[in-house]
Amino acid sequence: MGAASKDNGRTAYHNARLLDPASGLDTLGAVLVEGTRIADLGPRLFNGGVPEGIAKIDCAGACLSPGLIDMRVQLREPGEEHKETIKTAGMAAARGGITAMAALPNTEPAVDDVAGVVYIARRAREAKSVKVYTYGAVTRRLAGKEITEIGLLAEFGARGFTDGVKAVADSQVMRRALSYARAHDQVIIQHPEDPALAQGVMNEGAAATRLGLAGIPAAAEAIMVDRDLRLVELTGGRYHAAHVSTGAALEAIRNAKARGLRVTCDTAPHYFTLSEADVGDYRSFAKVSPPLRAEADREAVAQAVADGTVDAVASDHSPHDQESKRLPFAIAEPGIAGLETLLPLTLALVHGKQMSLLDALACLTWRPAEILKLEAGRLAKGAAADLTIFDPDREWRIDPDKFLSKSKNSPFEDYPVRGQALATVVDGRIIYRAEGFGGLLAEGV
Amino acid sequence: MSPASRPSSSSVSSSLGYRHRHLLGIEGLSADEIGALLDLSESYVAQSRGDSKKTALMRGLTVINLFFETSTRTRTSFELAGKRQGADVINMSVAWSSIKKGETLIDTAMTLNAMHPDVLIVRHPESGAVKLLSEKVNCAVINAGDGSHEHPTQALLDALTIRRRRGGLKGLAVAICGDILHSRVARSNIHLLTALGAEVRVVAPPTLLPAAIEGLGATPFFNMREALEGCDIVMMLRLQTERMHGSYVPSTREYFHFYGLDREKLAAAKPDALIMHPGPMNRGVEIDSEVADDIDRSLIRAQVEMGVAVRMACLDMLTRDLRHNDTQAGAS
Repeated sequence: MGAASKDNGRTAYHNARLLDPASGLDTLGAVLVEGTRIADLGPRLFNGGVPEGIAKIDCAGACLSPGLIDMRVQLREPGEEHKETIKTAGMAAARGGITAMAALPNTEPAVDDVAGVVYIARRAREAKSVKVYTYGAVTRRLAGKEITEIGLLAEFGARGFTDGVKAVADSQVMRRALSYARAHDQVIIQHPEDPALAQGVMNEGAAATRLGLAGIPAAAEAIMVDRDLRLVELTGGRYHAAHVSTGAALEAIRNAKARGLRVTCDTAPHYFTLSEADVGDYRSFAKVSPPLRAEADREAVAQAVADGTVDAVASDHSPHDQESKRLPFAIAEPGIAGLETLLPLTLALVHGKQMSLLDALACLTWRPAEILKLEAGRLAKGAAADLTIFDPDREWRIDPDKFLSKSKNSPFEDYPVRGQALATVVDGRIIYRAEGFGGLLAEGV
Repeated sequence: MSPASRPSSSSVSSSLGYRHRHLLGIEGLSADEIGALLDLSESYVAQSRGDSKKTALMRGLTVINLFFETSTRTRTSFELAGKRQGADVINMSVAWSSIKKGETLIDTAMTLNAMHPDVLIVRHPESGAVKLLSEKVNCAVINAGDGSHEHPTQALLDALTIRRRRGGLKGLAVAICGDILHSRVARSNIHLLTALGAEVRVVAPPTLLPAAIEGLGATPFFNMREALEGCDIVMMLRLQTERMHGSYVPSTREYFHFYGLDREKLAAAKPDALIMHPGPMNRGVEIDSEVADDIDRSLIRAQVEMGVAVRMACLDMLTRDLRHNDTQAGAS
C-alpha cells in the first residue's frame, strides 16, 4: 500500500489486460492513477517504461477492469451485527473484487429516514473499505403502507428505494411510490413475489412434493412483475426487478424493455448456477428467496444474462449465522453469503461460452452503475480509480469457512470455479491484494 | 347610492355579457362572459369601499346559502354579498355525512322549491352535486364549490385581483402549486386563466397531479423551481393534512422542503411576481409566513376583499332578468 500512495500518489498499473465493458476496450496496456483518479490509460501508455517517481505495479498480464459494483447486499448493520457488519462485509467484498456495494434497508431499525441514511454513510467512512451506498425503504418500517420521505432520503444520498426482501404488495402503494419517485428520478426496486402466493419455502415442483415442503409457484414472481409493469406504464416511473429467478418474469421484462418502459432487472449467480435439485436432502444453505427454481428456469436466467435482458448480476449477499441456518428447512432463514463468490460464479457463463468476458463484466460494472446513477463502472480518464485486477482463469474451490464475511452460509462448499480477484483498488488505494500479487510492489519506491 | 347610479350594473349591454341561468363552473364560459362579470365586479369594489356599502338592488329577493360542507370564509363572503345587495339571506348548513343518498338531495331541492328562493348558493363535497341540484330547482344556482370539480367565484375573484394589479391576464405566466388532484380552485382557475390568454403551469408531486392535466391546457411540473421560472403569479393551494402522512405525500416536512413557497423558491419567479392563496393557509406546510405576509408581494388579503365584490356581481347578474321582469310588471 505504501507504494500505491507514494509521492503525489502516482501509481502505474502496467502489463495489464485492460477491460472496459462500456467502451468495448480490451487491450494490453497500463493505467496511471494519480491520487484518487485515473489520470491516463491505454495500450501505449508507458510502452517506453514507467518513468522515475511513479510507483509501479506489474499486473503480469492479469485483467484490469472497472471496480465491480454489487447492487444488492444485506449488511446487517445496524441491528444484527453478529451476522455481519459494514466492516466485515467490506473486507469480504474487497476480496471478491468488489469496489462498491448497495445495501438493502432491511436493517434494525430499517433505513426509512434521513438519520438511517446518514448513519450508513458514516459507518462506511469509518470502515475505510469499499464504497457503500444505501437504498431507502419505500414504506415506513417496511410495512408496505405509507411511503417514506423519498425526496429527502435521496438528497441525503439514498440511491434507490426498496422494501428489501419484502415486496411492495399493495398496488395503490406501489403506484404512488413509482409515481412519487419520478419527481426525484429515483428507481423503485421490487422483490417481485406475490406474498400471498409465496408462502412456501422452496420452488413448487417435483422436489418440493418429494420432500413434503410447501411450494412457491414460479407464477408468484411473474404475477408481481406483470402487475408492476402495468403500474410502470401507468405512472411513467422507473422500476427494477431484483433477483429475478424465472423465465416467465424475464420474458415479461424483455417485452417491457422492447416497448420502451424504464425497466431493469438483476439476478444472483445462484439462479443461473443452481436449481431446485440442489436443495437435495433439505440443505438449508440452498434455501433462498425467491427459491432456486426448476432447471428450465435456471437455463432461462442464464440465457437472459447472456442476451442482456438481465442488466446486472448482484451477489444478493444475505449473511446468516449457523443458528439461523442449521434448522429444519422450513424455518431456516433464506439467503447466501455471496460477496466472495460473485465474480467466479459469473465468469462461469464466460467459460461456458455463453457470453463474452466484456458482456459479463458489464453486468458487474457500468450497467448497475447506470441503474443507481453512480459515476462509476468505467475505465476513463478522470474517473475515480476504482479498479479490479483479476485472473479470469485461476482455478480454485470455494471454501466458505475461509470467507472474510462474518457469516459462512453458502451452498457452494468445495464448488470448483475459475477466476479470482488479485487486487481491489478503491479511490486509488489498494484495499485488497491476493497473496503473491504485485510481488514487485516495492519497485520504484 | 341608488342602483341606477352604477352604469355598468344597469346597462343592458353588460347584461348581454352573461347569458346563463346559473353559475355552475368556469368551464365553457367565453372570455367575454368572464370579462362582463369582472367589469361588473369592479363597480362593487368601489361600492364596498364607499360610505354606504348596502343598496336595495335585490330587495325582496331571497338568497339561500346551502352548505353541505363546512365553510366559514366562502359562506360569510356570500352572505355579506347578498346583504349588501339588499337581499334576504338565509344560511342552511347540512351535514352531508348524515344523508348520503341521491334522493335526499332531490328531496332537499323539492323542499327548497316550496320556499321560493331566488338564488341558491350551494357547496357540496361531491363533484357534480351542485349541477344535479340545479336541474331540480326553480331558481338560479351559484356553485360555491363542488367536490374536486369547480369553484367558479374563487377563480373570478382571483382573476379580478390579478387584473387590478396587472391590468389584464393575457400573456401572464401563472403557476398553480399544490394539491392539483383534489382542488376545485385549481380546475376553475385553469379554465379561467387559459380562457383569458394566460399561460398556466401546475406544479405538484406526481401523486397529486391528475392524469391528463395537459388536456385542460396546463403544463405540468414536478419541480417547483422549474415551474416558477419567470412566473408573474404564484398561486398556492391548501394541502389537506390527512393527505400528508404517507399516502399521497410522505410528510409535511418533505412537502414543505420541495413544494412549500419560501423566499428561495420564489427567487425563480419574476422579481415582482405576486403570491396568492385561496385560504385558509397552512403556514409552514405550503407557504412560509415570511412570504405570505409580504405586503409588497402577497395578494392574499386583497383576494378576500375581491371575493365579496365578485359575489355581489354574480348575484346581480343572475337576478337581472328577475328584477327586470318585476320592474315591467310593476310598471304595467
